[in-house]
Amino acid sequence: MCRARRAFDLSGAEPLLTEGQSSIYTACMQSKPILSRLPALELTPFGPAGPEGEYRFFALRLPRPGWESWRPGQFLMLRPAAFGLELPWARPFSICHTTARCLICFFQVCGRGTRRMAQLKHGEEVNVWGPLGNGFAVEPDSQTLLLAGGMGIVPFVGYVNAHPKPWNTSMLFGHREPLQCYPVDNIHEYIPLDSLRETRHGELDNFIFTLNERMRDCAEQNGLVLACGPLPFLQTVRKFAKELKARTQISLENTMACGVGACLGCVTRTSDAWPTPEKRGGLVQACRQGPVFWADQVKL
Amino acid sequence: MDISVTLRGQTHDLALKNPVLTASGTFGCGLEFAPYGDLKSLGGIVVKGISLLPREGNPCPRVVETAAGMLNAVGLQNDGVEDFCAHKLPSLPWRDTPIIANIYAASADEFADLAARLNVEDGVAALEINVSCPNVAKGGVLFGQDPTLAAAVTSAVRKAAPRKHVMVKLSPNVTDIALMAKSVEEAGADSVSCINTLLGMAVDLRLRRPKLANVLGGLSGPAIKPVALRCVWQIVQAVHIPVVGVGGIVNAHDALEFILAGAHAVQIGSGNFMRPDCAFAVAAQLSAACEEIGITSMEELRGTLQNGSALQCKHTATA
Repeated sequence: MCRARRAFDLSGAEPLLTEGQSSIYTACMQSKPILSRLPALELTPFGPAGPEGEYRFFALRLPRPGWESWRPGQFLMLRPAAFGLELPWARPFSICHTTARCLICFFQVCGRGTRRMAQLKHGEEVNVWGPLGNGFAVEPDSQTLLLAGGMGIVPFVGYVNAHPKPWNTSMLFGHREPLQCYPVDNIHEYIPLDSLRETRHGELDNFIFTLNERMRDCAEQNGLVLACGPLPFLQTVRKFAKELKARTQISLENTMACGVGACLGCVTRTSDAWPTPEKRGGLVQACRQGPVFWADQVKL
Repeated sequence: MDISVTLRGQTHDLALKNPVLTASGTFGCGLEFAPYGDLKSLGGIVVKGISLLPREGNPCPRVVETAAGMLNAVGLQNDGVEDFCAHKLPSLPWRDTPIIANIYAASADEFADLAARLNVEDGVAALEINVSCPNVAKGGVLFGQDPTLAAAVTSAVRKAAPRKHVMVKLSPNVTDIALMAKSVEEAGADSVSCINTLLGMAVDLRLRRPKLANVLGGLSGPAIKPVALRCVWQIVQAVHIPVVGVGGIVNAHDALEFILAGAHAVQIGSGNFMRPDCAFAVAAQLSAACEEIGITSMEELRGTLQNGSALQCKHTATA
């Protein structure tokens, strides 16, 4: 049987970038997305098993698609062939991590699709298209605060691994499930990580207080704040960003059918700070103009 | 194998290198799918519905997955016809593949204005009139559910766009879809496409709320294929103009089933969401699928559906 753990093996992993290459990020290089048909290699459960022996958190290891490159914060669409006609949509996932040979996709069982994914067998066919969307900003010399809520931690695994100067970054992680459900060790390996678990009423207030303090510290040093998590969490981050004038990016997880800009299911409304005047107050697609947005440029 | 088809209309023909088109609203303006296949390999590209002025559409959530399908209530969000002509059409491979503009308006006059605007665009090969979108309370439903109104819109577009092939996309949310088809044929339609989405809804039991902000949405995907096949079959027997089948087609065999029922061509809709190369794959696999069932052209298969069950036919053949 698989043993639950809280880090996946990154042996053979290489940073996406070395220090001298960091300008590639700022040049906003976009790799053309491709569709890949991949065999599932390994499904590693994380966290404790439930009463029926079932796990709810998994790292899915796939062969690395032929992507030229990708940016942490970008996402992929994943659809096992076993979805058949019954589940027509692929599911969007933040790209967790890649190694020279593998792609790691980290997911929580929360519906029909992820329940089916939790049953993937070795060699089962999975269709993956990506890398999609834009990705987080990387400012190697800025103090960078990573704010993760629950599964919002996933894109930061790739982020801290690729960051040219990880000692300039730190993370605050709020979660409800036990810490070992999440790939925290893959982050803690690189950067300091403070985690706060909400198990009782009132603990959320403590987290929000800490969130505010950390964002204030970061803003005072003109640092960069990056946030990923559920909508109420992002709404709080966005509110503090405005009050504290903290330069903040948030990653949205809107429902989407296609991931490529066609279904118009994932739209979000822009604010008056949106860069192009004609789109101010209008709708933009999270899958193409996002999923990462500057917090002041969208309404939530 | 030659799998080209020509939609022989009353006024204009539409020649297609293969019978595989994309369905409006599922393929963006086409360019979104360029990374996943060669747009020029498609029989045609039906672009996302266009209105005279930009439209915001409905509030979110506006799409939801259902068993073997999905509901959408996007509400025809688009940047308007001028943006399409200026920014999207020039980037499309319109010299190699027919671009079919799906058009939406709230009145016959507005339909005429929109059609006249697109009539002057060389890059547009045909217009597909959306009389059936169920999401916009003011227009679509009424046109698509009343044979007289649908005919009036068809006639207005026919007059305003004398250079273009005019296709009318019919709604299945009617009592007699063949009657609707006959009505738009008499009004000058060159072809009909069917079906648009089926009106449906989904609810969240725990939250006691509809899953779509608009409450109602249009059902598409494999779940509606039997309804689409039925509509194509009924329409083919009622009209002389070509019929384009739409609804739940995800592979070449599905496409051939529609040809068998009498369709001249097909559109791939929600299948584009299941795999972004779906339409390209159907087009690429069609020849092989034809060989597999022993036909050498689309004509050989089209409308050759036998009466009675497959089992009975087999018995007759062996008797």
